[in-house]
Amino acid sequence: MSLIDDPQVRRNVERLPIEFDDYGFDRFGLSRKALVRAYSPMAYIYRHYLKVTAFGLENVPATGRGLIIPNHSGGLGADAAMILTSLILNDEAPRLGQGMAEYFLTRSPFARPALRKLGHLTGLPEHGEQLLHDERLVLVFPEGARGAGKLYKDRYKLVRFGTGFMRLALKTGTPVIPCAFIGGEESFPQLFHIKWLAKLLNGPFVPVAPQLVLFPLPVACQVYYGPPMSFEGDGSEPDHVIQQYVEEVRHAMERLISTGLDARPRAFMFERMPDSDQDQRP
Amino acid sequence: MKILITGISGTLARGVAYRLVRRGHQVVGIDRRPWPDVPEGVEMHQADIRKRPAEDVFRLSRPDALIHMATVTHFTTSTEERYRINLGGTRKLFEYCHEYGVKQAVFVGRHTVYGATPDSPLYHTEDEPPLAGAAFKELADLVAADLYAGSALWRWPELNTAVLRLCYFLGPSRGGTLSGFLSKNRVPMVLGFDPLYQLMHEWDAEEAITLAVEKQLRGVFNVAGPPPVPLSVVCSATGRRAVPIPEPLYSSVLGRFGFPYLPDDAVAHVKYPIVIDNSAFVEATGFVPHYSAKQTMEGFRWN
Repeated sequence: MSLIDDPQVRRNVERLPIEFDDYGFDRFGLSRKALVRAYSPMAYIYRHYLKVTAFGLENVPATGRGLIIPNHSGGLGADAAMILTSLILNDEAPRLGQGMAEYFLTRSPFARPALRKLGHLTGLPEHGEQLLHDERLVLVFPEGARGAGKLYKDRYKLVRFGTGFMRLALKTGTPVIPCAFIGGEESFPQLFHIKWLAKLLNGPFVPVAPQLVLFPLPVACQVYYGPPMSFEGDGSEPDHVIQQYVEEVRHAMERLISTGLDARPRAFMFERMPDSDQDQRP
Repeated sequence: MKILITGISGTLARGVAYRLVRRGHQVVGIDRRPWPDVPEGVEMHQADIRKRPAEDVFRLSRPDALIHMATVTHFTTSTEERYRINLGGTRKLFEYCHEYGVKQAVFVGRHTVYGATPDSPLYHTEDEPPLAGAAFKELADLVAADLYAGSALWRWPELNTAVLRLCYFLGPSRGGTLSGFLSKNRVPMVLGFDPLYQLMHEWDAEEAITLAVEKQLRGVFNVAGPPPVPLSVVCSATGRRAVPIPEPLYSSVLGRFGFPYLPDDAVAHVKYPIVIDNSAFVEATGFVPHYSAKQTMEGFRWN
């Protein structure tokens, strides 16, 4: 326990439906202590800097497997961090979202153990399956890194979806929860990418935004969770069937995004979203 | 049942022998090394598995089952010798099994045959190919032996063959690969990495091998006990000091400054995890480990 630990985060981490061993680790190497350490500053950013409001958290199952499928934006992973924080800060039923990490991150020293302690394993289909079989909540950005690197001119336009998440959902009988993150594009409006630096660092892209630093602007963000969608099948369906299911999810996400965009009084909103009766502040 | 154990003087094999005798089996053992205070009920032959006297044991004793544990690691032997013992020896033994009507053969291998790579999934299943040989040449002979033993399943279908891929074990005998890594006060970690290590108690490992014979297991099985823990926890729980070393310096400190010796290629095994899924073995045998990771590690603390 330390002074910088957030009481709500600590309380909710204790309540997670995950089995921890004598040392506070689960069977995938997730660390309870690291969760509190990492989500405490995130909770501060969530409440006071990006002023996030979450809607539709009742659509996230309280226990059992689930796939959260959001749009990707903002280049820095702030969207992922805030979606995950909204799940932890949900006092009704706190959940831990576990992401599928980029290969280049899980090959790097320090990043690899840090991600593992927070429950983010290398983005392999086997990992998704293992986590879902263990009744976890898995976060997948179907647009992948190309979605995160969207430029400001293409904001909130969904790029091509991968189909891996749908095969995973069918194979494991997992409900898909469509999700929209609003505000990510304004908090880090990407003007262009530095391609040679990305190559040098072996990463997917290096974005440049007007603020010049790799940190989001304090634009208020919102997260919307849609009702869970279930699909019939076992994951061995031909591509056109899978593609059709993926389109359904994509449409659900587009609807959530347009609802979210219409609900904002203006794009660059620096105060908390008004009329938020489901406010997640403690 | 009459059970032949090769490599019976090894720490784990002795425990298996004790267990089998206690359960009313007849045990015959072969090893190059002596076992001076061999218990009653164990018939010990000091011989080399690749030589004539070993075949004589098959011919004269006519065992019903073989537990093959006569494999050596890089800690003790040169590369050529390892190939001769691990691959050559395994081949000979399986041929004897076929020739002398042995009904059950259990090959005790290691989970490290899967190899430690950054992009491989946690919880390896038996259908994944063992890849360790490519990146870790000191393990190539054991990978070959593992695959050769598995090939007995189609080569001699009448022989019930079980290939066990056993995770690390710790126990009072202080034998085994992980004990060697933890043999000094300081444990060399690679700076910025902290892989999951899967370990079980020596006595649980002995029990698992015993079960494999008794249940007449057939096929390839991962054998593990409690869920894995990070290497840093293994160090602290066993009372060792984890010393993070930058990777470029890693191979030059091994065997010096109070660190244990490891071959160069072993660094991958200190950076990335090898974790196995034991559900097939549990389903086939009903195996339940007696000791948790905490009990196992704390039992291994320094005094």
